[in-house]
Amino acid sequence: MSSSHSTSADIQGEGVRARLGLWLFLLSEILLFGGMFLLYAMYRYKYAPDFHAGSQELSRFDGTLNTIVLLTSSLTVVVALHSLHVKHNVRRTAIFLAATIALGLTFLVVKSFEWTAKFEHGLYPGAKFLLSQSHGLILFFGLYFTMTGLHALHVMVGMGVLSGVLNFVLRGKITPDHVTIMENGALYWHLVDIIWIFLFPLFYLIT
Amino acid sequence: MTYPRYVFVWVALVVLTAITVTTASLNFGRVGILIVLAIAAVKSTLVLLYFMNLLFEKRLMFKILVPIAIGVLTIFIALTYTDVLYR
Amino acid sequence: MDAHSGDIAAPHHHFPWYTTSEGKPAGLRGFLTSTNHKRIGILYMVPILSFFTIAVILGVLMRIQMLSPDSKFLTGTLYNQIFTLHGVIMVFLVVIPGIPTIFGNFFIPILIGGKDMAFPRLNLFTWYLYMLGAVILLVSIVALGKGPADTGWTFYVPYSLRTTVNVPFAVFGVFILGMSSILTGLNFVTTVHMERAPGMKFSRLPLSIWGIYATAWVQVLATPVIGITMVLILVERIFGIGVFDPTKGGDPLLYQHLFWIYSHPAVYIMILPAMGIISDIFPVFSRKNIFGYKTIAFSSLAIASVGSLVWGHHMYVSGQSDTAGWIFSLLTFLVAVPSAIKVFNWVATLYKGSIRMDAPFLYALGFIALFSIGGLTGLILGALSTDVHTHDTYFVVGHFHYVIFGGMGFGLFAALHYWFPKMWGRMYNEKTAVVAFIILFVGFNVFYMTMLILGWAGMPRRYYSYLPQFTDLQRIATYGSWIMVGGLALMFGNLLHGFLRGKKAADNPWGGATLEWQIPSPPAEHSFTETPVITRGPYVFTDGNGDGHGKKEEHEQQPQHKR
Repeated sequence: MSSSHSTSADIQGEGVRARLGLWLFLLSEILLFGGMFLLYAMYRYKYAPDFHAGSQELSRFDGTLNTIVLLTSSLTVVVALHSLHVKHNVRRTAIFLAATIALGLTFLVVKSFEWTAKFEHGLYPGAKFLLSQSHGLILFFGLYFTMTGLHALHVMVGMGVLSGVLNFVLRGKITPDHVTIMENGALYWHLVDIIWIFLFPLFYLIT
Repeated sequence: MTYPRYVFVWVALVVLTAITVTTASLNFGRVGILIVLAIAAVKSTLVLLYFMNLLFEKRLMFKILVPIAIGVLTIFIALTYTDVLYR
Repeated sequence: MDAHSGDIAAPHHHFPWYTTSEGKPAGLRGFLTSTNHKRIGILYMVPILSFFTIAVILGVLMRIQMLSPDSKFLTGTLYNQIFTLHGVIMVFLVVIPGIPTIFGNFFIPILIGGKDMAFPRLNLFTWYLYMLGAVILLVSIVALGKGPADTGWTFYVPYSLRTTVNVPFAVFGVFILGMSSILTGLNFVTTVHMERAPGMKFSRLPLSIWGIYATAWVQVLATPVIGITMVLILVERIFGIGVFDPTKGGDPLLYQHLFWIYSHPAVYIMILPAMGIISDIFPVFSRKNIFGYKTIAFSSLAIASVGSLVWGHHMYVSGQSDTAGWIFSLLTFLVAVPSAIKVFNWVATLYKGSIRMDAPFLYALGFIALFSIGGLTGLILGALSTDVHTHDTYFVVGHFHYVIFGGMGFGLFAALHYWFPKMWGRMYNEKTAVVAFIILFVGFNVFYMTMLILGWAGMPRRYYSYLPQFTDLQRIATYGSWIMVGGLALMFGNLLHGFLRGKKAADNPWGGATLEWQIPSPPAEHSFTETPVITRGPYVFTDGNGDGHGKKEEHEQQPQHKR
């Protein structure tokens, strides 16, 4: 990633067009999740005690762990970009890209353990046990699965994009002077991280 | 930006995560949500400015994009509350 | 326009390059792989006008059913499915993408002096998404033998969660179309920011570009909300998460909020590009600089932003809170301000102009007349107390068609005529165009004015039958719809004839001052042989017509004595 006094034309020059397009895409992603945050806000207001009870069912440890995992993956991807764009170190770039993808995978594995645990306790949409609970609890888990599910889908897409980027880097199609695709892939990955930064306290830390 | 600076931002993010988890277990009641959301906002700002490089974008356009989206979303939620809160 | 069919080859006729390849009519393949913005514009035009025709036919079927109160022409379910299809096709396949994708694609790069869109390949990709969404919607008609959605184009829960017809296909189709729309908007915003010619400041952009630019922002910011809402209907139907299901504590009103958060701004997605084109046409046919360039430009942004805050006026009688009711009513009245500013500015442009009554201008005038009626009936619906009486009546249907058909539709027709010589290098028959306009205009008003009266008298919408006292007015409305369709047929026939056999058009038949008129008709593959350098505003006329005020260097400076 560029420093404020980057000499490369790519960051402030030809890449600007693609980056602007990608940022606009990220805005639409924010609003896509925004629709769900809106629902969350209304139902949390309406069913505050149930949301608290639902939150108690989630593993705060797993949530925190996953937060750290994603934050770290944001660091590794930015280091990968810096390594290529500023330091011209292809090997390090590849290592840190691979690390990012691995961290994404870690996130998904932890997530799947969490989901499995909920399934075992009958806490999933349509489960007989959940349907016998209060409305607020049904909605809490309905939103929990939909929002974290949609987020996990974005993690998968991000991993796919970054795998493509890694492939390009290894084949020399992304070079220190032409990092636009990688830069945009990294921006997307950061946005996925930011969404989680909000999902985490909203589901795991309700008091 | 340099490697150490990126790592520094990451440390700040992790520390903020620790703070937010701690405040949640201290139970501030109804203000709790405001505290965790404020911390989440700070964390996202760090990511936006340093990791996503917004601090170094020269064009004004980039700097107003996220505020536009957040503003629009805030208004959507606020106006929906005028229904749900007063129904 | 049957731009690329293989059987219209007439060697002595010269068709635009983008409909040909090596002198012969271009095969489908040439179109389906081309990222040139002009080809993509035409690529959109063919299906959009086809879907328009289909939806018009569906509308005619509904009107035939309404000829008598005990008509057995359609069953109740079929009537429900037909009005749903009519709405879904018109809204999502025709009106929302219409002007931006056809004329935006064709003319944005030309009007701003750019080479192409910012993302040409993404541009073509949006067309594939559009077609995919359209195919999914069409599949919903026949798939699984369950029949198309019968929910109305609004897909209101909880009915849309329980009806057994093909709602999932329909909402998934809308989701895909939404993606297409988002990517189109993203491309347009980036293009306007990055592809302008040297000297093309924002204050020198043609107002049609301002209209499409404001629209593109709404596309980027509001469309994702309907995307997620449609996904939630799917998820709700498949997994039963409960967010919209009252038996699980879900709140159906929140569906309506989410739906209208997009779908109200969507009517501004529909109307703003049309307003932009009208703003381009008025100065040209008045031979005079536009009155109040800056106010028109900024009113586009104002409509786009304030228009995003008024969705609750669709829900006055839904059970939302009274507080929300009056707040949304207030905001709704606010949005009338920038809309009225535009109308006043257009009319003021005519003042002391040297007016040419050509077909594009007639359609533009028709736009103002019909849009004003639509806008003023909108005030009746925007006011809480009167809406309670007119809600879900033909009054709403009449109002909506005045705004959208009278507005976006006539804007589209105006653009079709205005840019016809530029796009095809040929001319339609002027006299026929005028006659078609008159028939269309008369039929339109007989049809929809009668609907307004019917609604005021209490005729509810979406019923396949009615009380006998409405018979006469229902019949008049149906006769009006026939006149209107006759006008449409004549208009399209005339344009098609012009495309095939019309006289060769000059490069600048209207004497326009914007960039598209400074290049050949039809434009070459690369619009400009050299990058244009812009030194003046878009409505500076130097042909000696008009009052000469246009000769001022900066168009945005309004002559003082006009105030």
